[in-house]
Parts: sequence; C-alpha cells; structure tokens
Amino acid sequence: MDATASLQEGPRRTAMRRLEPAAIAGVMSREVANFRTYWRGTTFSSVLEPLVYLLAFGLGLSATLVDEVDGVPYIQFVGTGMVATAVIFSSALPSMFGTFVKHRFQNTYEAILAAPVDVEELVTAEMLWIATRSAVYGCTPLVVTFFWGLDPEPGMLLVPLFAFVTALGFSGFGVAMAATVAKIDQFNYVTALFVTPLFLVAGTFFPIEGLPRGFQVAAQLNPLHQLVELVRGGAFGFEAVDLLRFAFLVAFALVTWRVAIVRMRARLID
Amino acid sequence: MAAIELRDVVKTFGPTRAVDGLDLEVPEGICLGLLGPNGAGKSTTMRMLTGQAIADQGTLRVLGWDLPEQSKPARAEMGVVPQLDNLDIDVTVEDNLAVYARLYRVPDVGAAVDRCLDLARLRDRRRDAVDKLSGGMRRRLLLARGLVHEPRLVLLDEPTVGLDPQIRTELWRLIGDLKARGTTILMSTHYIEEAERLADEVAVMHRGRIISRGRPADLIAEHAGRQTAEVYAPPDRLAELRAGAEAAGLRVRPAGPAIAIVGSERADDGAIPREAVLRAATLEDVFVLLTGEEAE
Repeated sequence: MDATASLQEGPRRTAMRRLEPAAIAGVMSREVANFRTYWRGTTFSSVLEPLVYLLAFGLGLSATLVDEVDGVPYIQFVGTGMVATAVIFSSALPSMFGTFVKHRFQNTYEAILAAPVDVEELVTAEMLWIATRSAVYGCTPLVVTFFWGLDPEPGMLLVPLFAFVTALGFSGFGVAMAATVAKIDQFNYVTALFVTPLFLVAGTFFPIEGLPRGFQVAAQLNPLHQLVELVRGGAFGFEAVDLLRFAFLVAFALVTWRVAIVRMRARLID
Repeated sequence: MAAIELRDVVKTFGPTRAVDGLDLEVPEGICLGLLGPNGAGKSTTMRMLTGQAIADQGTLRVLGWDLPEQSKPARAEMGVVPQLDNLDIDVTVEDNLAVYARLYRVPDVGAAVDRCLDLARLRDRRRDAVDKLSGGMRRRLLLARGLVHEPRLVLLDEPTVGLDPQIRTELWRLIGDLKARGTTILMSTHYIEEAERLADEVAVMHRGRIISRGRPADLIAEHAGRQTAEVYAPPDRLAELRAGAEAAGLRVRPAGPAIAIVGSERADDGAIPREAVLRAATLEDVFVLLTGEEAE
C-alpha cells in the first residue's frame, strides 16, 4: 500500500479480514428484513407439511398396521423421525430456490458483492440463516408428538442443535445446487435424485434394519438418517455411537459449506 | 494519485475480448463519463472494479488498493449504482437502506438512513414497501442506497438506462449534486446527452479499449471541428453527396435518414449542398465518427 496521504484519510481505511462477523450479520439482516414480509406463508408450509405426514403415517398406520417399533408407539416413532423431514424441507428446498432466484432473477448478489462482502461471507450468512430457521421448524413435529404421549426428556434439548447442524449441511447442498443448475426446472432432477430418496430412506417411517443390506449401508451415509437416530437418542436414550453420528453431521456441514462457496464463486465471479 | 488506475487490462470471455488492453486513469474529484456503444466493455470494466470479474491481465488500482487482492477494502470506500434495479421490493424503503448501511459497516445506521431518505426525497415514504414506489422513486432510492456510506468514489453503471426523460432529468440533478460535493464519479453510459451534461471528461470506449479521451468541448474540437452540415435527401442523392464530400476530404457519418458532414466549416465552396442544415458540432458526431455506431 503506497497510496497518497489524501487517499489514506478516513476512518474505514483498514485492511479487511476473511469471514467478518459484520459482513455475515449484514447479509443476515437482509434475510431477516425480507423474512418479516413472508414469514407467515413459509412458517405455515414448513410446519404443516411435516405435520400432515406425521398425522397421515403416524395415526393412519398405527391405527391399522403397526402398533410399535422397538417398543416405541408408532406415532412417537414417526414423530421423532419427522424432525428430519421438517429439516430437509425447510433447508434444502429454500436454499436451492431462494439462492437461484436471488442470483438469476433479482440480481441481489450483484448488489451485495458490490459492498465489502465476499462470496465466502455471503454463502456463510445464507447457510446460517436458513439453518437457524430450519432448527426452529424442525422441532415442531417433536413438540406435536408430546400430545401423543411422548415424554419430554433432557436429551431433547439437544435436538435444535442437531437440527441446526444438519440444516447447515442441507442449506450448503442447496446453495451448491443452485450455483450448478442452468435453469430452475432442473431442480426437479435434484429433488428426484437426492431429496426424495434421502427423505424416504432415513428411517423416519420404518427402521432401516428391515431394508436389504445394501440399502442399510447406504442409509448410514444419509445425514437425515443420522439426524433421525440422534433425535430418537434424545427422546429414548443416547448411545455412544451417537457421538459418531454427530461428527458425521458436522463433517457433512463443513463439506457442503466449502463446496457451496466454490460453486458460488464460480457462478458469481467472472 | 488517481482514484482509479487501470493499466493494460484484458478480460476475455471464451473467444471474446470484452476488455482489450484498457488503460484508464480517473483523477480524484472529477466525473468521468465512460461512453461507448453496447458491447464496448463498459459493464465488464465496472464489474472488474467491484471485484465481480477478474482481469486476465493488467493491473487495477482503486483508491490506492490493488485489485483483486484488496477488492474488499476498496469496495468499502466506493459506492455502486447498478444498471438494473435490484432493490428488495417487498421490504420497506428504510429497511432497504438500513441493510446496506450495515453491509458497509456504517456506525450510525439510523443517521445514514435518514440522510439517504432526504437525499432521495423519500422521507414520507420510508415505511412503504419498495413495490409501492413509482419508477422514479425507485431509481432515486437505488442511487441513495449506493451513497449510504458516503463513498469517496461512486460507480454509476448506465444510471438512467431505460428511464423516461422526466426521471432521467431528476437523476441528473442528483448526480450533479454529488459532483458538486467533490465525489469522484465514474459513469458508464451510452447516452450522449448524459455524458455531455454530467461528465467533466469523457472517455470513448470501443471494442474493449479507450479510443479517445478529453473534455467534451475538446473532443468535439479535435474530432468534429466546429460545424456539422446535415443533409436530408433521397438515398441516391445522399450517396452522391457523401461521395463528393469524402472526395473533398470531409468526414461523413450517417444520421438516421440523413447524412452529417462533419467539420463542414473547412469545406471548399460548393462542397456543402445548399439544402444542408448547419449546426454546431456535437459529442454525438465524435461518438459516431470514432465508433461507427449510431448514438442514442
């Protein structure tokens, strides 16, 4: 830096660091300002959708086909598992569509990146915001299941944390997908190939032990399955392996975070 | 020290050289109009200055910061008014401003918002959602948003493109106020009148490089002389007149349904037809002569 004295004037003339909290908070404040205008609709769908599944499967199947799974009433089995469903629906999908729309149609990122914010901070803020929202929405099925006899347990206090970390991973996944697809309708492929299979083979509606061996192994790589097991651990008792499950979710979030940054940088910076 | 210094900057997109050996220096305190036709490389240059495009070659320095490595602190001291309206339309006017005040780390967000509301003359609409504003109000808000941190350098990317004349005049007044306060401005435009009215200096950009630069009056004197003769006639007659004028060493450019014989004060007797309309030479004459493109 050898700028002249006139250019060195001013209180803000300092080098800036990576991942500045002020930049991340600024981007999140934009999300909060927008969220205040549409929270009713988003909250309605994010809460109602898992509840419909909970009632349809939990009540429907327990009344006709399944009483219990591993000694747990079926509605409670599904209710604890539905946390994962609420998390993926409120993280992967909003991050995919929201990111794509803000980039392609609203030119929002062009404006944000003209300010002292870099792509890493932008992606981090987007992920943190979606994960925060998702952690709240994710707890709804658990709370509802209290009305069907699920007893509150101290371990359940960790469920928002589990949901948050998992949602971070899926929001990173969504951002990366949004930075990869060329057209918005290509999200149909993403949903069909990733979101739906992950949701169905997570152990939400049935224990994965009943699946063929190959599916059981594949399910271990499914972050939603790890979340389902952690939530059930919080409700019915943790096991030592749950530490590994949590570590897996942290690793999932870290990997998708970095991939999302790389993909978004390629998309936003020419 | 210049506010902006670009040296031998090249930016390619596949086989296209959008910016091709660009040298540009913008001294502090002036308004430089970057005038060029669509595809001249103006927007790519603007994107490089905000770190959203990385040059393949050359050096870029903004307010003393080297780009792209020090793009972030450079952006903290510059304001950008984009070509496209990217306001958050469901959010209130004041929240739009407050968000950007935070992004620019303004210490007193409330005071910055109030100042911008006054600047944009939107104080009484502060709690309205942006989609309730008229087109002119939205453009004023967009301009004020770019000034929320009182930048020392402002990049205006085609600030009035697509606007009706009344809104354009309103914005010109605001940009004029900004100039009067001594803010350095780099304004890309393809509107001749805009460059003529607002810019202290104009740089004509064509095919990714600056092909001429100077004060508008100097550019006109250098390239177009004092006087231009416009002739309206059937196409065959225009072709004949054009050939005659060019044979007499005059420069001729198309002007819609007419031809414009530039520098007509230098013409020999009889070289300018009697039906010609004489007028003072303009920056538009310069632009068309240099770029070969019709002006807007």
